[in-house]
Amino acid sequence: MKAIEAREVVLSFGETPALRGASVAVAPGEIVAIMGPSGSGKSTLLHCLAGILVPDAGEIHFDGRRIDTLSETERSILRRDQFGFVFQFGQLVPELTAEENVALPLLLSGVKRAAALKQARPWFERLGLAGLEHRRSGELSGGQAQRVALARGLVARPGALFADEPTGALDTLTGEQVMDLLVSSAREQGTTVVLVTHEARVAAYADRQVIVRDGKVNALVSA
Amino acid sequence: MTLLGLLEREPSHGYDLKRDYDSFFSRGKPLPFGQVYATLGRLVRDGKIVIGEVAPGEGPERKRYVITDRGATEFESWLTEPVEAEPNLQTVLFTKVVLALMLDRPAEEYLDTQRAKHLRRMKELTDIRRGDNLVDTMLADHGLFHLEADLHWIDTTIARLDALRKVVKG
Repeated sequence: MKAIEAREVVLSFGETPALRGASVAVAPGEIVAIMGPSGSGKSTLLHCLAGILVPDAGEIHFDGRRIDTLSETERSILRRDQFGFVFQFGQLVPELTAEENVALPLLLSGVKRAAALKQARPWFERLGLAGLEHRRSGELSGGQAQRVALARGLVARPGALFADEPTGALDTLTGEQVMDLLVSSAREQGTTVVLVTHEARVAAYADRQVIVRDGKVNALVSA
Repeated sequence: MTLLGLLEREPSHGYDLKRDYDSFFSRGKPLPFGQVYATLGRLVRDGKIVIGEVAPGEGPERKRYVITDRGATEFESWLTEPVEAEPNLQTVLFTKVVLALMLDRPAEEYLDTQRAKHLRRMKELTDIRRGDNLVDTMLADHGLFHLEADLHWIDTTIARLDALRKVVKG
């Protein structure tokens, strides 16, 4: 059984085809990097795998269950309970403290505030953010904010973490710290990771890389 | 190997081979005739090419060289085998891409195979740099940055394959 799978996924935005029969399977606990040039459809594929977009044709499966046929509400619950997300620009909620941002997925799942914050706190030590718990996103550096976003993505121990250019806005060294932490935390929790990146150095952290070109997926096989 | 590849396209005279080599691969350093014929002689000796029809007259230009099965097999295995993932391999890769396009071979597949080989090496280096040894990290970084530059070249080349195909096919 595959943790996450796209089968022959087709999706167009109006007249513009983004995916033209894209297939990819990610094993439980595996870290897979989706690479490809700008406009190749790699982020669209990630959004389909994560149940954010619904394909025009083809199937998406998560943990043995078909998810593209679920209702908007069911997919929303699935995303909240099973998936974590990290995007290029942290996208922290500016009104909340770092600690509240990390706790957010738990709060949204109905965990009581005190319990959610308690669960969020160890992540600050773990990701080298100790002392920053009460800062707001405007008071964090890019690397710090992205680590907070990573903690938020993993705090609810999701089955899968979807990361779209998680280091895209960071300098090389800071980006590598974030990737180190992403990989080691995901491995510790056994979280499956699907990572979209155009940077080979970032993709090299993954167990396996695939490339999206013209809306289709090529598995990269070494000779 | 480049001359063998040019002969895989079609049987040719030494002069044609030199002209094509100089147009695509010599980068301002023309191949001396002596070297062309020395290489062709060696390839004949090793059974990778044979001398085909001989035009009447004098001199080396009478001979047309034809690739043998052995030569074609050797060229094919060279072309499809990815290059070692070391820095500064653009020249070899460039030669492979041009020859692949000339011969209607799947240049994009070869570049993808090369990309996979690069990424595998980058993964090994990334694992090394995630250790605690700063010296190892710095050395791994050196390799990673060079491999990354190669990959940029591979990406750019894939994006330009159609245009390059027109240039090399004339």
